[in-house]
Amino acid sequence: MSGANLLKESGPREVFCGLTSIVWLHRRMPDAFFLVVGSRTCAHLIQSAAGVMIFAEPRFGTAILEEKDLAGLADAHEELDRVVKDLLARRPEIRTLFLVGSCPSEVIKLDLGRVAERLNEALIGQVRVLNYSGSGIETTFTQGEDGALKALVPLMPKSDDQQLLIVGTLANSVEDRFISIFKRLGIKQISSLPPRQSTDLPSIGSGTKVLLAQPYLTETAKALKHLGAEILSAPFPLGVEGSILWMKEATKSFGINDSLVNSTLEPLKLRAIKALQPYKEKLSGKKLFLLPESQLELPLARFLHRECGMELIEVGTPYLNREMMKMELELLPEGTRVMEGQHVDKQLDRVREYKPDLVVCGMGLANPLEAEGISTKWSIELVFSPIHGIDQAADLAELFARPLHRNELLNQKVLTTA
Amino acid sequence: MELTLWTYEGPPHVGAMRIASSMKDVHYVLHAPQGDTYADLLFTMIERRGKRPPVTYTTFQARDLGGDTAELVKGHIREAVERFKPKTLLVGESCTAELIQDQPGSLAQGMDLKIPIVSLELPAYSKKENWGAAETFYQLVRGLLINQTKKNIEYNPTIWKDEGRRPKVNLLGPTLLGFRCRDDVLEIQKLLGAHGIDINVIAPLNASPEDILRLTSADLNICLYPEIAESVCSWLQRNYGIPFTKTVPIGVNATKDFLKEIYELLGMGNPISQTDVEPSKMPWYSKSVDSNYLTGKRVFIFGDGTHAIAAARIATEELGFKVVGLGTYSREMARPVRAAAKDLGLEALISNNYLEVEAAITESAPELVLGTQMERHSAKRLGIPCAVISTPIHVQDVPARYSPQMGWEGANVIFDDWVHPLMMGLEEHLIGMFRHDFEFVDGHQSHLGHQSIKQDLKSDLQSEKKLLDISNEQSANNEPVWTPEGKEELAKIPFFVRGKVRRNTEQYARQAGCRNIDSETLYDAKAHFHA
Ligand code: SF4
Ligand code: SF4
Repeated sequence: MSGANLLKESGPREVFCGLTSIVWLHRRMPDAFFLVVGSRTCAHLIQSAAGVMIFAEPRFGTAILEEKDLAGLADAHEELDRVVKDLLARRPEIRTLFLVGSCPSEVIKLDLGRVAERLNEALIGQVRVLNYSGSGIETTFTQGEDGALKALVPLMPKSDDQQLLIVGTLANSVEDRFISIFKRLGIKQISSLPPRQSTDLPSIGSGTKVLLAQPYLTETAKALKHLGAEILSAPFPLGVEGSILWMKEATKSFGINDSLVNSTLEPLKLRAIKALQPYKEKLSGKKLFLLPESQLELPLARFLHRECGMELIEVGTPYLNREMMKMELELLPEGTRVMEGQHVDKQLDRVREYKPDLVVCGMGLANPLEAEGISTKWSIELVFSPIHGIDQAADLAELFARPLHRNELLNQKVLTTA
Repeated sequence: MELTLWTYEGPPHVGAMRIASSMKDVHYVLHAPQGDTYADLLFTMIERRGKRPPVTYTTFQARDLGGDTAELVKGHIREAVERFKPKTLLVGESCTAELIQDQPGSLAQGMDLKIPIVSLELPAYSKKENWGAAETFYQLVRGLLINQTKKNIEYNPTIWKDEGRRPKVNLLGPTLLGFRCRDDVLEIQKLLGAHGIDINVIAPLNASPEDILRLTSADLNICLYPEIAESVCSWLQRNYGIPFTKTVPIGVNATKDFLKEIYELLGMGNPISQTDVEPSKMPWYSKSVDSNYLTGKRVFIFGDGTHAIAAARIATEELGFKVVGLGTYSREMARPVRAAAKDLGLEALISNNYLEVEAAITESAPELVLGTQMERHSAKRLGIPCAVISTPIHVQDVPARYSPQMGWEGANVIFDDWVHPLMMGLEEHLIGMFRHDFEFVDGHQSHLGHQSIKQDLKSDLQSEKKLLDISNEQSANNEPVWTPEGKEELAKIPFFVRGKVRRNTEQYARQAGCRNIDSETLYDAKAHFHA
């Protein structure tokens, strides 16, 4: 491990809980429904994070616990059965139902695993019922996806055939692009987890080589490894460099000859670097501070430093899996402050002290920082936008250059009118 | 257990946050897991506040639960007080912390903090946001005033005369995340100022704990938002003899009644308008001849209690609409809303389920919906014009321009906000009629540049399709069937009344024993319902 300076902090945090990942998971698998078993707070969190009013019939909801459900667990089980039955009657198109645990359901020890088991028997052939926890006492933001994917793993059919398995939700267009490049490189069998239809699960076995597309899938990776898959170790596919190293890890493990790989990727690389150039000019030398939220912070920092020339003040992450992040950490410059955990007030003190040009943060903090004259980028936008892959590198850089550009535009106007 | 796809109100601790964030020098330590910090974005994103809400979340984790969470809570309280130096501390818990029963309020009280501590108990599994806001405001006012000596309970409404000063009142209830509170407060200040009445304290919005201590020197409390302020107002009346107003000044008539009520309570005689000029443009706009088409427009109203009741009154008395549905998501306001509905010959809809509200809208076939942002979406799906009259808040409800709901200017704003969607409906109808004309090729539309028209036309066509699909299904249940010619005739009717016409015609066909509905049946039905 190189010289990134690994620090830890604890105190009041300002991060979403794992329930939030439902916001993109439900879009990825339109035949699945995510039923949170929780409180009005949980329901309010998801609708506030997602701005769900646009949906007539969203594919997620909350079974809100009421006073009487807290009185006896037996009744809570019965009530949940009833809610599920009502829901499925109204939404016959649902193939997979995720029961999602929350803080309240964890604290009262409502065993959603048992509920799922029982419902599975009752609904056999109609709907599969799975469960995982997105609770804020155990998970942050993107970790919810880790839980959901891990819940799908036992249902994956077994096969020892050679295949490449891409794990982690990607935008469909980005995924198609990766698949077509891999095909050109001669990898024939490629599948994805999560699939686009919840019932269309890829197989798993000793011939499976896993590329993780997202950095937050610790538990899913473990489960896949347990079933014989090989987890390839690479940086994450953000930016030109990361994407190439990521793809090369796959071609290496499939024994594809270097000259084909290089002749295929080299033109893509040159084109992407060219596209990146104008943003690099904007970003180069600018100071960046990343507050912890999505666990994408390390790969983003690596990209923005190495390919866009930004100076890293601090790289926050809600949670650091050193093994999984090994290669990312190695690519960071000597002495980079990597801060695991959070004390939001102290961290904001440091933001004010170092006066970065750009802060990556959650939605709750963005406008207050802007009001103090500090440009920001919302981290939630990064989990919604197609940012992975060589061809997206310029788009990714543009997301960070935009607030700086805007700042320049508006400040100019102030000067001319003043 | 209640299946909820979307909720009108957040949990009660969000109500408490509204009070804390509205005020100055107040901090709220909230015992809650990290995910609950999402609530900050309601203030910083939706309301575009440039300040973080003054809230410290303890963000306890599963691994803390085995250990001493009480120590953790105390640590956060100590740090928050040191860092933010509040003059009053609110301490409470969210849904999860309520289950582990650390009693953060009592912990704080045992810490010798030298500032007033208000401990909040907001039952998260039975109550909601507005209740939480009202309870927090009440606990805060009571907590701060409890040691003050009580005034003479015998209220003297004319003491201001004896003391040789202008009467002064408190404006109670405006908060962040409320509906247009920011501007209502300005409008009411202006209105009262014009009648020689001074403002003593406005709370909670922008009030400090010192201001709360001054509440009792007012002659009268103005209860602007009963959802938030009624419990405080009645407590102040019980304990200090200060009366409070019951009329909410939304609409011209209500504003007049409001002034009358204040004049009476303060012993000021009769409010005489200072000029002959009608202070609001709404009455004339409503009377002017081009508003004739508003007559009898069917309107469906849903929102918080205060705004829904006010809207019903304006709709019937001031715009000549016909209210065909009235409801609220607020259980606490169910009683007055039921009464208001009964006066209109309706049964109120009390529901927190937006799908139920949408079904009620469909059922009553209105031509205009006055609702929350959720009803705006439902109405859009149904192809019905809509104006937003109530929380839950949305970025669009925090406009950059001045746009109160209360007082004279509020009435002007309401006229524009409600009538424009209807005019748009008419315009779209015209555009729909002429859409095959060559002028209406793409890119040549209204000089107003309504981008949405094309889209709305599309959804118009979709709802048309849905409508026609529905009528095909009917043959199965021995229902009258629309002939292709009848359908064509139906499609010519403006979309915003089409639903009503379809239902009336089908009802007529059933009564008349018609099996097929053609254009003649349609006109027969029309004549029948006019007769
Ligand atoms: S942190 Fe816990 S209680 Fe809060 S929204 Fe997330 S799961 Fe629900
Ligand atoms: S000319 Fe423009 S403003 Fe006038 S009715 Fe037509 S679209 Fe509306």
